[in-house]
Amino acid sequence: MNIPLSTKKDEVRIGVYVCHCGMNIAGKVHIDALRDFAKTLPGVTISRDFKFMCSDSGQELLADDIKKHGVNRVVVASCSPLLHEGTFRGALVKAGLNPFFYQMANIREHVAWVTNDRDLATEKAKALIAGAVRRAARALALEKKRVNVQKDILIVGGGIAGIHAALNLAESGKHVYLVEREPTIGGHMAQFDKTFPTLDCAACILTPKMSAVKNHPNITLWTYSEVEEVSGFSGNFKVRVRRNPRYIKEELCVGCNECIDACVFKKGKTLDEFNVGLSQRKPIYSPFPQATPALVVIDPNSCLELMKGKCKKSCVDACERAAIDFEQQARIENIDVGAIILSTGFKTFDPTRIPEYGYGKYNNVYTTLEVERLVNASGPTQGELVLRDGSRPKSAAVIHCVGSRDRRYNPHCSSVCCMASLKIAHLIKERTGADVFNFYIDMRTPLKGYEEFYDQVLSEGVQFIRGRPAEVTDWALTPSEEGKLVVRVEDTLLGTPRRIPVDMVVLAVGLEAQADAEAVQRVFNISCSRDGFFLERHPKLGPVSTFSDGIFLAGACQGPKDIPATVAQAGAAAAEALCMVDKGYVEIEPNTAWINADECSGCKTCIPLCPFRAISRDEQRKVAVINEALCKGCGTCVGACPSGAAQQNLFTNEQIYEEIEGVLSYV
Amino acid sequence: MHYLYYPGCSLKATGRPYEESLLAVMRELGVDVEELADWSCCGATTYMGVDENQAFALAARNLALAERNCSDGCANLMAPCNACYLVLNKAKHYVAEYPEVRERVTGALKSIDLNYRGDVAVRHPLDIITNDIGLEAVGKHVKRPLTGLKVACYYGCQIVRPYSTFDNQYNPTSMDELLRALGAEVVEWPLKTRCCGGALTGTVPNTGQRLSYFLLKEARRAGASLVATCCPLCQHNLECYQDEIEHDFAEHGQPAVAYFTQLMGLAMGLRPAELGLQRMLTPVQRVALQATGSES
Repeated sequence: MNIPLSTKKDEVRIGVYVCHCGMNIAGKVHIDALRDFAKTLPGVTISRDFKFMCSDSGQELLADDIKKHGVNRVVVASCSPLLHEGTFRGALVKAGLNPFFYQMANIREHVAWVTNDRDLATEKAKALIAGAVRRAARALALEKKRVNVQKDILIVGGGIAGIHAALNLAESGKHVYLVEREPTIGGHMAQFDKTFPTLDCAACILTPKMSAVKNHPNITLWTYSEVEEVSGFSGNFKVRVRRNPRYIKEELCVGCNECIDACVFKKGKTLDEFNVGLSQRKPIYSPFPQATPALVVIDPNSCLELMKGKCKKSCVDACERAAIDFEQQARIENIDVGAIILSTGFKTFDPTRIPEYGYGKYNNVYTTLEVERLVNASGPTQGELVLRDGSRPKSAAVIHCVGSRDRRYNPHCSSVCCMASLKIAHLIKERTGADVFNFYIDMRTPLKGYEEFYDQVLSEGVQFIRGRPAEVTDWALTPSEEGKLVVRVEDTLLGTPRRIPVDMVVLAVGLEAQADAEAVQRVFNISCSRDGFFLERHPKLGPVSTFSDGIFLAGACQGPKDIPATVAQAGAAAAEALCMVDKGYVEIEPNTAWINADECSGCKTCIPLCPFRAISRDEQRKVAVINEALCKGCGTCVGACPSGAAQQNLFTNEQIYEEIEGVLSYV
Repeated sequence: MHYLYYPGCSLKATGRPYEESLLAVMRELGVDVEELADWSCCGATTYMGVDENQAFALAARNLALAERNCSDGCANLMAPCNACYLVLNKAKHYVAEYPEVRERVTGALKSIDLNYRGDVAVRHPLDIITNDIGLEAVGKHVKRPLTGLKVACYYGCQIVRPYSTFDNQYNPTSMDELLRALGAEVVEWPLKTRCCGGALTGTVPNTGQRLSYFLLKEARRAGASLVATCCPLCQHNLECYQDEIEHDFAEHGQPAVAYFTQLMGLAMGLRPAELGLQRMLTPVQRVALQATGSES
């Protein structure tokens, strides 16, 4: 081992600090042995242990050693850099040292938490500390760069999450682009009839916010549009938005709907998406009365003119403002934004995946979302709760946890279905007076006013049967079951199988990630958790940020959530985005790659490999050049460069080899 | 394709028409079927309740014999009885998944010079016919399509639970597709995998026959004139107690009941005697031929 400790001035003086992390580390490794071992390593002048290095007194300890004992390289053996690298780098800065003279040895996640053998754990921790010390000796001073940020903010998805975040940001004076894929904003909430637990009319509380979005001078609303590409980096994103043609001149249409009445189709023939297929709409349509913006849209997959070019186009004649334009093409908008909020929502579980519940097989099996539309005044039956044959149900079953808490489909609890099922039970009871049976596994009503609502529904006479139904069948055992749907269930409170005959079955379908969540994840370069929802930076302390700086999450795209939680998270996402753009600059980590022009042969191997398109070729000098602002320090080019010309700050070959040798010399 | 055939006790006794029709159909399809030499009882579902270890050893003996019989790679052991199919599969799973079971079973087999490696595949003929041979190949052999015959396909409880290796656990469709390929009309009914009464028809007749009754009644309600089975015990329960069911539940006009392989044979133009039709207690031949208009 020969670490150059040449002149007095350049002398490397390393301080090693072994953290107990309470009992997290101290309970699993011999702290004293680690501290004494570190003292024997070349270059180490001070070695200490402390109960919580991240505490103020821990940081002061370190600062004191820098100031009083001339420590100029610091190794803390503690937790993951994700948690406290920033803390300790900050402590170095306070004590007047370059923050990159700091090296972390992770002996908590990589050692204490993954072993039960105290002696072996101690040995592994020693190897990691030896590596960190050798690497720290080769540390170089680096500077963080500041880059100004764009002030505008992009929000993707115009459900209640996107709407709330957009209004918050617009009110603070920021310009917001709100991009929504559907022809209208409003999302799932617009489809609901009532909201739990207060039974507010969903439209009454949502539509004022929708029109506020439409009318706000600081919001640019693009519906029927999708984000195609995102490049750039935190604070300076370049976004390409595709605005699909609605075949209507938006500036001319006033939403009078004369064209819809005039359409050559006298009746709708296409399943109405807004009414979840319970009714039919025409090729030219407006999703619902309060659709925002109040513009009609022409569906190219059912309009005769757009499909076949053959139609007498009575819609065109009916439009006094000449707003219909069959020649309209998709438009591309390129915008620069500083931060992005994703609020792309969820999809409901497809109950045909559980054939034993008979959805799609028996006419009178519905989903909760379908019943929302059935009881809604603007729904397919004008709010009258009748079955597909026009009859009024005298009895109904509501099955909880359909597709949720089920290892065959989704292990997660969808969180909203207990309350949604209670609300549906209440509405069926209120509208029809039917006998209602709710089949539940556990009742989960933990938030404000929820348990009280459960009490209310209980007192209304809804019957609760604990058990996950085995099947819904039309097989009648007794004459009283003839012509009914029979829910077969083990009543786990009575300890007996039961058969409950009903006229109507409602499946409380769970919440899942959007079908195209993976594609969206790639566009925005973020991650998904195992259940398919977007992954937050930290489950407790970073619930709205992602691992991509400048991209935030709001609402059910991050995980199942009800409206209050969605709105709260949307506010938080708006605040974090605001915080970022108002600061005015972002600091760029100096762990970027660079090209040693003398050694670069200009072979271009690295250029297509860079995931961030940060490398270009200087045609004059015939060498590769890396744009520091775009480089994320992934190291791909460094590994791929055949001549070793690509190098990376904080990860020089020398530093990495020293660390490896340090670990191996001990092993 | 070469299949070792494990008849189990039923196909040599009450299930003889199943064996006769299965072997005749396989012969017609050009499939090489060889009876496993020296096979023994599978233990059935009852032995498990008496002594699990001995039951597993008894079942695994047949698996080991199949492996010894097949030097080139993985043996396909065809088990037409649903109970045999389940028990042999269960033994295979338990030996693979539980080291303590494996130790006892392999030890027991060693004492009779047998070695069980665990790479035999236990297959039901319904699986072999629909997946290995394929409906297209079967269709080419159809000479007298069963057009007009309304069939309720009954799978029984054991071939899709708990090991659903070749069909959907809750709504199996392989037999439906097969019978459609034979030209029959398959009715939709909800009791495809409900219990037929199993051994209860012998031990607690009232309870057992009640379960059979529901199946026959629902099949008829769905419009079927015939129930197709793929298990000798299901067949026995649905076929043999129709008089008692008529008496106890006043259920008249019950459907005929036949093995799916008999229906295949009829469609392929095989002679009724080759298919064991003369042994049936319900008028399978008459119902099938009447429906298809083949009977004058």
